[in-house]
Amino acid sequence: MSRIIRPAAPGAAYLGGYAADARRYDELLDGTGAIRPHWKALFDRLDTEPGADVTRRGIELTRRLITESGVTYNVYADPKGADRPWALDPLPLMISATEWRLIERGVAQRARVLEALLADLYGPQRLIAEGVVPPELPFGHPNFLWPAHGIVPAGGTWLHIYAVDLARAPDGRWWVLADRTQSPSGAGYALENREIIEQVLPDPLRDLDVRKLRGFFAALRVHLLESVDPGESALAVVLTPGPFNETYFEHAYLARQLGVALAEGTDLTVRNDTVYLKTLAGLKRVHAILRRLDDDFCDPLELRSDSALGVPGLLGAVRAGRVVLANALGTGVLESAAWLGFHPGVAERLFDEELILPSVATWWCGEAPALQYVLANINDLVIGPAYPNQHFEPVFGRALIGSAREAMITRLRTRPYAYVAQEHLALSQAPVLRGQGISGFAAKAVTIRVYAFATSAGRIVMPGGLARVATDASVNAVTTQRGGASKDIWVLPDPQQTAPPGESTSGSARTSARQDLTPSRLVENLYWMGRYTVRCEDKAGLLRATLAVRVDPQVWSSAVRMCRELDVIAADVDPKTSLHDDGDPHGLVADIRRLNWCASQVRGRLSAGCWQAVSSLQQQLHASVLAREAPRQTLDRLLLSLAALAGFALDDMTQDAGWRLLRIGRRLERLQFVARLLAQHLSTDTAKQHGPVEWMLNVCDSLRIYRPRYVAAPRLGPMLDLLIRDAEHPRALAFQSQAITRDMHRLTEILQLETSDAVDEPIPVLTDSQLMVLEGDGPAAAAARLHLAARLQKLAAAAGRFSDRLSMRQFSHTSLDSHALAS
Amino acid sequence: MSTRQLYRITHETRYAYAANVVHSHHLLHLVPRPAPNQQCLEHALLISPAPTCRRDEIDAFGNPVTRIELQSPHRDLNVRTDMQIAVHSRPNVPADETHPWERVASSLAYHGHWPARTNLDICRFRHESAYVRVKRAFTDFGAECFVRGKPVLSCASDLMRTLHRELRYAPGATDVSTPLMEVLEKRHGVCQDFAHLMIACLRSRGLAARYVSGYIRSDLSPTAAPEAPLIGGGASHAWVAVYSPPFGWIELDPTNNIWVGIEHVAVAWGRDFGDVSPLRGIILGGGRHKLSVNVTVEALDALN
Repeated sequence: MSRIIRPAAPGAAYLGGYAADARRYDELLDGTGAIRPHWKALFDRLDTEPGADVTRRGIELTRRLITESGVTYNVYADPKGADRPWALDPLPLMISATEWRLIERGVAQRARVLEALLADLYGPQRLIAEGVVPPELPFGHPNFLWPAHGIVPAGGTWLHIYAVDLARAPDGRWWVLADRTQSPSGAGYALENREIIEQVLPDPLRDLDVRKLRGFFAALRVHLLESVDPGESALAVVLTPGPFNETYFEHAYLARQLGVALAEGTDLTVRNDTVYLKTLAGLKRVHAILRRLDDDFCDPLELRSDSALGVPGLLGAVRAGRVVLANALGTGVLESAAWLGFHPGVAERLFDEELILPSVATWWCGEAPALQYVLANINDLVIGPAYPNQHFEPVFGRALIGSAREAMITRLRTRPYAYVAQEHLALSQAPVLRGQGISGFAAKAVTIRVYAFATSAGRIVMPGGLARVATDASVNAVTTQRGGASKDIWVLPDPQQTAPPGESTSGSARTSARQDLTPSRLVENLYWMGRYTVRCEDKAGLLRATLAVRVDPQVWSSAVRMCRELDVIAADVDPKTSLHDDGDPHGLVADIRRLNWCASQVRGRLSAGCWQAVSSLQQQLHASVLAREAPRQTLDRLLLSLAALAGFALDDMTQDAGWRLLRIGRRLERLQFVARLLAQHLSTDTAKQHGPVEWMLNVCDSLRIYRPRYVAAPRLGPMLDLLIRDAEHPRALAFQSQAITRDMHRLTEILQLETSDAVDEPIPVLTDSQLMVLEGDGPAAAAARLHLAARLQKLAAAAGRFSDRLSMRQFSHTSLDSHALAS
Repeated sequence: MSTRQLYRITHETRYAYAANVVHSHHLLHLVPRPAPNQQCLEHALLISPAPTCRRDEIDAFGNPVTRIELQSPHRDLNVRTDMQIAVHSRPNVPADETHPWERVASSLAYHGHWPARTNLDICRFRHESAYVRVKRAFTDFGAECFVRGKPVLSCASDLMRTLHRELRYAPGATDVSTPLMEVLEKRHGVCQDFAHLMIACLRSRGLAARYVSGYIRSDLSPTAAPEAPLIGGGASHAWVAVYSPPFGWIELDPTNNIWVGIEHVAVAWGRDFGDVSPLRGIILGGGRHKLSVNVTVEALDALN
C-alpha cells in the first residue's frame, strides 16, 4: 500500500508537488487525494490566478510586511542585533465551522475546569484530600506559590487568558498536548499574523467571511478594569521582563493593542498595598496587570529573592485585593504534562462532566502501576519532566540505549513522581509554501494554540489562534517545536451561531482620561539616548577636527590639550588610538555602548530605521578596527550614521513627552559641551589666534556657515558671535537655550505640572563692542576672556544641575535618590 | 532534670546604609509561633524608624509574619525582638519504635486515593524547594544510614551523626546564596547548611523534613558533649524536623549532633530558610550596607 497520497483535484495545477503522508492526518487532502471541502473555497480563489505567481507574491509580500512591522522573536537575547524575524507562512490553516464548534466548546470547558482546579489548590485543597489529584503535582511544582495560598484574587478569576496546544492525531480528532496557564504567549503574534495576511490575501479573507480576531484583548481589558471605582481613572499595564525576553515584541505589541503602558518591574512600586506606575507625571495607581513575568519572579520580597525583574510587595497588594493580575499569581502550577491524566477526574468530581477534548495518553510515574507500565513500554513512550525546573528535554524511550537507558530507569525508580511518559503522536500535516524559489507546497507537521479570554460576558474562545509548523516534515514529538514557522488560522463562519461579543464589538473599554503614561524609566532612557547621541557626535567631531590639524604642531598641541581637558581622551593616550580604546570609560567606544544600551531599553519606541542606525554604530566601529581603516574615515562614517540616527529619532517618533525629553537631552548635552569647549578655549593664551579659532569652528562643524557670513579669516569675535549669540545656528548656545525653554514649556503643559524648570544660569549676553574687546590685546582683553570663560563654566555646571533635577523629579520620584544617575 | 526552662531572648538586627534608603519593604519572622512544648509569655517587636505600614499576619505555614514598609528616607534600620518564653522538656522518643523508612516514604506517596487528611500538611515538606534541591548526590550521601527496614528516626539520627562528622562548622564560609551542592562538595557550612543538607538527604528518599528556625542557648554544656558549648548562640539557629510516625515530627540539630530539647527555642518552620528567614527585604537606594546581628539567650530559671 502506498504511503503517499497525491492530490486528485484536476484544476489545482500547482498542487502537483504536494504529497500527503498516509500514516498521518492531512489537513488539506482526504484519503482519496481530494481537497477537503473547507479548503476548497480558498484554493478555488487562488486558482483563478496562476498559482506560481500567487506563491511568489505571497512569500515576498509576507516577508516585506514582517520586516516593515518589525515582528521579531528572540531578537533581544542577542546584543549584537542578530534579529530573527518572525516566520509566517502566507497560506492559512483552514478549520471548518463544525470542527471549530467542538474545539471551542472543548477549550471553554477546559478553561472552566482548570479555573476550578486552581481555586481548590489555592484554597481548601479538597481535591488533594480526596485523592482526586496527587499532592506531589502541586507541592513539587516550583510555581505552586505557598505565599499565595489562601488568597482569592480580586474579581475571583485565576485564568484571564488561557491557552492550550492542540494537535490532530491520525484518527482526525484534536488532542490536547499542553496547557498554558500563567502568561500564555502567542496571542499577540496571532493578531499580528492576521494583520499581515489581511494584506497578502485580502479578497479570500473577505469572500470567505473568515471569523475575526479583533476585540478580544479589548474585551479582556474591560473585564480586568470593570471593578474600578467610576471616580478613578482606570489603569492597566503589561508587565514585561524587559527587552531581553524572547517574546518582547509581543509584549510591546499587546501594550499597543490594549492601549496600556508597557512596564518593567522597576516601573512599578507598591505603597500601602497599592500598585503604582512611576510616570513622568508622577505616581499613577495601577488596577490591573497583564503579566508576562513568570510566577516566582513577580515579587522578590515574598517569592524568589534573586529576581530583579519583579515588583517588591506585589503579593501584598494582591492579598489586599488592590490589584488584578492576569493571570493570577501561582497559575503556572498547572503547566505540567503530569496533570493531563488527572483532568478527567477533576472534571468529573467538580462538574460531573466528561472532557470534550481528549489529552495525549500520559502516565505520571508517581503512581506505582503507571511506573510499571512505563518501564515495560519505555520504547513506545516519550519521557519528560513533571516539573519545569528539571532542565531536560523530553526523550524518546527507544532513542535511549546502553548506559543512558539504565540511567533513565534508575532516575525513574528513585524519583518517579518527577517524570511523565507520553504516547507518541503523529502530528497532522498541512500545506506550506516551499519558498526559496521553489513553487508549490510541502506537507509539514502542525500544531495549534487556541486562546480563551475571560470577559464580562463570560469566557470566550478566540476563533483562530496560532498555528505552528515544524521545520521538519515528519516530527513525532509531542513537544512544541522550537523554531519553525507560524500560520494564521482561518475559522470559517458558522451559520448556526452569531458572533460572540468579542468579535463584533471592538470593546467599550472605559479609557482613562488622556494622559501620558509613559513609564519614567522609558523616558529616562530616551533622555539619555538623546544625550549620548550628541555626546558621541561632539566627541567624534572633536577628534576629527583634532586629527586634521596634526600637520600644524602649534594647533595640534593645544587641540590635544583641549581633548584631554574635556575628558574626551585619557591623559596618556594619543587621539588616534583613543578611537578604539575599549577600556577608557570616557572614550567614544564606551559612549557608543551606552547609547546602544539606552536605545535597546526603548526599542519599542524606535522605528526600524532608527534601531538599525543605532545597532550599526557598534558594528561599524568594530569593523573599522578590524579593517585597520584610517581614523579619519571611521569618524566621517560615524558622524554620518549619528546624523541619520538623529534624523530618525527626531522625525519618526510620536511627539509626546518622551520625544520632548529626548530632544531636551540632545540640547542640554550640546549646551554643556559647547559651553565647556568655549570656556577652555578662552582660557588659553592662543584664544585669538587664527589656527585655534579655525579649529574651534571645525569642532563645532560651523566653518561652512562662518565663511560666507563673515567673509573673513576665522577670528575670535565672529566665532563667539556665531557660537554663543546666534539663535538660528543649531550649534550655538542661544539656540540650545531657547529650544530647551520651548520644550520645557510644552512638557509642563502636557504633564500638567505646576511649575516649569529651567537652566538657572543665563547665556552670556554679548554686545558687539564686548566682542571687540574680547578680540583685543592686552591685560584688559585677557581678563575679559577669562571672565567670559568663568561664566561659561558656570553655565555648563548649571546645565548639569538641571539634568540632575530633571531625573529626580521626573524619573525616580524622589527628592533624594541623587546617586541614581550621574552624568 | 528540669522539665521547664524559662528564657529571655533578645534578637537585634541593625542595618547601616551608606546612602539614604528611599523606600523599602521587609518581611519578618521574629515572633515565635505557638508549639506544643513551648509557650511565649511576653513578646515585643521594636522597629526603628517607625514603619509607614505594618501588618501582623500568619503565613501559609502557620508562622506569625510581620510585613513592614518604610516610605521615608532612612540611613539605619534597627529591628529588635524581645521575648520571654518557657520551654518544656519533651518526652523521650524511642527511635527504634518508629516505622521503617521505606514504609514512611511509601505511605506519603500517592496511591490513587488519600487515607488521612493530616497527611496533606506533611506532604508539603517532601519536595524540592528553593534552597533544597532533590538530587542523586543527596541520596548517595549518608546512604549507609538507610539500611532496609530500619526505623525512620534511627536513620535520621544516624544521618545527623554522619553529617556532623563529615561537615566542618565554618562561620563565614558560606552565605544564603551558596548552593547546597557546593556545601556538599566542600564539606563545610553554617547551621543553615547543615539543616538544608540533612533535609535534602531525607527528601531525596521521599521522606518529609522541615526547616526550623529559632535560637539555642549556648551558655550551658550540652548533654551530649559536656566539655564544649553548643554551636549557634549569638545568632539565630536552625535545625531539622523529620516526620517519624507514629510519633509525628521529631526535631534534630545536625550542627550540634543532638536531639532538640530544652536548649532550643523555635520561632518558625517551613520548607527551607526561604520560608522563614528572620528578616528579608528589598530596598531602594542605600548603597553599601553594614549588617550587625546580636542574639542573646538568657536562661532565667529552671523549674521542676
